[in-house]
Amino acid sequence: MDREVLIAAIKEIAAPYTEDKTALDTINEDTDFIKDLKINSANLVDIVLDLEEKFGIEIDNDSMAKMLDVKSTVEVIEAKLAAHDRK
Amino acid sequence: MNAQEILAKLPYSKPFLFVDELLQIDENGSTGTYTFDKDLDFYKGHFKDAPVTPGVILTETMAQIGLVCLGIYLSQNTNSELKAHVMLTSTAMDFMKPVFPGEKVTVTAEKVYFRFKKLNCNVVMKNEAGEVVCKGNISGMVTTKMND
Repeated sequence: MDREVLIAAIKEIAAPYTEDKTALDTINEDTDFIKDLKINSANLVDIVLDLEEKFGIEIDNDSMAKMLDVKSTVEVIEAKLAAHDRK
Repeated sequence: MNAQEILAKLPYSKPFLFVDELLQIDENGSTGTYTFDKDLDFYKGHFKDAPVTPGVILTETMAQIGLVCLGIYLSQNTNSELKAHVMLTSTAMDFMKPVFPGEKVTVTAEKVYFRFKKLNCNVVMKNEAGEVVCKGNISGMVTTKMND
């Protein structure tokens, strides 16, 4: 899946959880959920659960711990999708 | 871990402990009761000359019986060494009927999910007549430190 498509999906899922619309509009690989989008840890869990549902993947605790910014989140989704395709 | 052990681990005391009994607890949910002492301080001002239990206190009661007791139970199952705290992160409540001083309520919580330390529960509070007085959804982070 194209990275732009993945970032657009993350943007859509993160939208209801952030008050910082400027940071959301300029979302990119370097965007940090907590520092830039001002999302708390409880809402970050909801974002990860929404991503699981959208992409039909299961995210484990170790992957979750990495998903603090858009770049790492894209990498985790890509890895899970690739593992899924190999099955 | 049994109900008495969980009650002993609750970080509250009077006048902010809103759990009397924990009737049932397992990995899917909890049920407990609380009787609102008519001498609780907030009745003097909510409302002047017409005491009724504030919605925030009903919410707190549901959080203590549902979210906190269940969160302690679930976290002790995975790691009994650590002290568990539950930090409230969101609530959505509907209030149907007033709860007056002296009324006993029963709260039932059903776990929706417990993932990545976040516990989300549907909660219902009933009065002694078995009528639903309030219900909603509540969630919190189960942590090992206060204010983490």
